[in-house]
Amino acid sequence: MSEETFDLALEVHNLTVSYNRKPVLWDIDFSLPQGKLIGIVGPNGSGKTTLLKTIMGLLDPDSGYVEIKGEPMEKVRNQISYVPQRESVDWDFPADVMDVVKMGRYQKSNILKRLSQDDKRIAIESLEKVDLLEFSKRQIGELSGGQQQRVFIARALAQQGDIYLMDEPFVGVDAATEDAILQLLVEMKSKGKTVIIVHHDLQTAYEYFDWMVLLNTRLVACGPKEEVFTKEKLQEAYGGRLTVLSKIGDLISNKEFPIREKGFSEKK
Amino acid sequence: MDAFIDFFSFQDPNVRLVVLGMLFISLSSSLVGSFAFLQKKSLVGDAVAHSLLPGIAIAFMLSGSKNPWVLILGALISGWISILIMDYLTKRSKIKTDTSIALVLSVMFGLGILLLTHIQHSDFGNQSGLDKFLFGKAASLTLIDIQAFGLVTLIIVALVGVFYREFKLLSFNYEFAQAIGMPVKALSFLMNTLLVLAITTGIQAVGVVLMAALLIAPAAAAKIWTYSLSKMILIAMGFALFSSLIGSFISYTYVNMPTGPWIVVILTFFTVMSLLFAPKRGVFSRMKRQRENSLKINTENILKALYHLEEGKEEFFEWHKLDKILEKRAFNKVTLTNSLKQLSRKNWIVLGEQKVKLSKAGELEARRVVRLHRLWEMYLTKRMNFKSDHIHSNAETIEHIITPEIERELILELGAPKIDPHSSKIPYAD
Repeated sequence: MSEETFDLALEVHNLTVSYNRKPVLWDIDFSLPQGKLIGIVGPNGSGKTTLLKTIMGLLDPDSGYVEIKGEPMEKVRNQISYVPQRESVDWDFPADVMDVVKMGRYQKSNILKRLSQDDKRIAIESLEKVDLLEFSKRQIGELSGGQQQRVFIARALAQQGDIYLMDEPFVGVDAATEDAILQLLVEMKSKGKTVIIVHHDLQTAYEYFDWMVLLNTRLVACGPKEEVFTKEKLQEAYGGRLTVLSKIGDLISNKEFPIREKGFSEKK
Repeated sequence: MDAFIDFFSFQDPNVRLVVLGMLFISLSSSLVGSFAFLQKKSLVGDAVAHSLLPGIAIAFMLSGSKNPWVLILGALISGWISILIMDYLTKRSKIKTDTSIALVLSVMFGLGILLLTHIQHSDFGNQSGLDKFLFGKAASLTLIDIQAFGLVTLIIVALVGVFYREFKLLSFNYEFAQAIGMPVKALSFLMNTLLVLAITTGIQAVGVVLMAALLIAPAAAAKIWTYSLSKMILIAMGFALFSSLIGSFISYTYVNMPTGPWIVVILTFFTVMSLLFAPKRGVFSRMKRQRENSLKINTENILKALYHLEEGKEEFFEWHKLDKILEKRAFNKVTLTNSLKQLSRKNWIVLGEQKVKLSKAGELEARRVVRLHRLWEMYLTKRMNFKSDHIHSNAETIEHIITPEIERELILELGAPKIDPHSSKIPYAD
C-alpha cells in the first residue's frame, strides 16, 4: 500500500457480501484516491460486479460499509455517475438514443417536474462527447454493441458526477469505440474526475489504469498499478481459489449459518 | 345495418352503459398492460387476475353486498397478496419465477372457486352474479359499476401521466433507477397497485381467464409498429378500444354472443395482423426483403455470366444464347425468366429471341459486380489470410452486398490492385 497521502474518493470498510447466502466478498477493505483511473481487476467470479453494485447501494452487504468522500452513499448520490453492464437491459425496449441519455438527468428531486432546457442541453452535449449526436433519434436496438455502450456512457456523462463507476465498459465493443472510450476517460481524469472501472482483461488493464484493485473474493492488493501489477500478486489473484475459503463459503451457504454473530456491529 | 345504427347511435341506455364500461376497461388495462408487458411481467398479470377471486368472494361474504367498491377493495388486497407471495417465493426460496407464478395462479384460483361454490350453496341472498368474474359479463354492467370503473380509470390514467417518466425508467433499467436514488420500491408498489386495479375492473367484463389477453395483447401488437413508448401506448389503447367496441357490437347484435371472448378474438386478430404486416419487422416485409435479395443475387449473377462470356475478347456487346449463360451458371427456368425481365426493365440488357446482350449501362453494372468479387477475394487473402482456393464461394455471396462506400474503402485499403488472387484482371469503372 502506498504511503503517500491523498484526498479520498471512496472508502470501503470490511465489506462482506453474499449471493444466495454464499459469501462472494470477504471483508474487503480499501481506499481509493480522487482524480485517478482505477481498475477493479480479477478473474471471473471474483466478485468485481458484486463489489461495484454494493458500492452503488444496489446490494445490501452482510457487514461493513462504504463511504464516498467521507459521506454515506445516500447523501452524495447525485455526485456519482453509473454505467451498468450493457447486457443488463433489454435493448429492444421502445426508446430512442436521446430518451436513454436524458435518463441521466432524472433525479429524485425532479420526479414531478419536466426536464429543464439545461437538462436537455446537457444531454445533447453528453451525446456529442461520445460522438453519437447524429444517432439521437435512432432506436436503441438498431445500434451496434459499441454504440450501445457509448449511449450508456453518455447517460453517465449527463449525470455530471465527480465519481464514475462503470461495469465492464470495454466488453463487446469494437476497437474504435474502445479508443474513444479511453480518450474520454483520460479527459475526465484531467478534469479531476475519479473513474472506477470493473475490467476483466488483464492484458489491457496495466495500460488503461493508474490504480488497481486486485480482487478474488478477497482483496489481493490495492494501490498504484506498479505496486499491484507484480508477478506474485497476479499469481495470488489468478492462481485459483483458496480451497479452504471456498469450503467455508459452501458451509455457510448449506447450513444457512450467519456471516456475522448477532449483536456484533461494525465500529464506524 | 339497422343493428349497426341502433348500436352506434348509442340511443339504448344499456348499450351506453356497456360501451362506456368497456371503454374504461380497455383504456386502463392496455395502459397498465403496456408497462407490464415491457417489464416481462405478462404472466404475472395472468396470475394476479386469477388471484383476485378469493378476495372478491371474501369481500362479498363479509359485507353481503355486491357494491363494486367493496369488491374492488377485496380484489385489491388479494391481488397484492399474490404479488407478495410470488416475490417472496422467487427471492427467498429455491423456487424459480415460472414455478412461483404457476403455483400462485392455480392455488389462488382454486381457493376462489372453492369460496364461490360455498357462496352459491349457502343463503347469501343475492349471490347470483358473482360467477360473472369467471368469464365476465359486460352486458350486465350497472350504472354504479360504470361509475366505479370510470373513477378507477381516471386514477390510473392520471397517475401514469404523472409518473410516466419514472415508470419508463423503471421498466427499461431498474438498477439505474435505483442507482440514481429513485424511490424504486414506492414506484414499483404504485405500478403494481395500478396493475391490480386495472385487472380488478377488467375481470368484470372479460373474466379472470381472459384478462391476460386484454392486458398484454394490445401492447404486444402495438410494439411491432413503433419504436417510441408513448406511441406504443397510444396504439395499444387504440387497438383495445376498437376491439372492445366491435366485441360489444357483436354481442349486442347476435343473441347469446358473449362480449369478452369476442373482444379477445378481435384483439388476437390485430396482434396476428401486426405480426404479419408491420413494416420492417412484420413477416411479409421480411419475406419481401428476402425476395428482393434473391432477385438482386440472381440478376447480378446473370450480368456476371455475360461479362465472363465477353471477358478477354475484342468484341463487346455481342448477342449470347441463353444456353451459354446456363453453361456458365445453372438457373432454373422461372428464375432465369424473371431475372432477365428485371434486367431488361432496368435497361441493363437487350432481350432477343432466346438470346441476350449487355447494354452499355449493363456492362458497367457487370463490371461492378465482377470488380467487387475480385476485390473481396483480394481482401480475404490479404487481410484474413484465406488460401486462394478457399475464397471463391465466400466472395460469391459477399459481392452482392458490398455498398459503394465499402467498395471505396476496399480499394483504398488494398491500394487499387490490378489483378485478383487468381491473376484475373480487376475491372475498374473506366
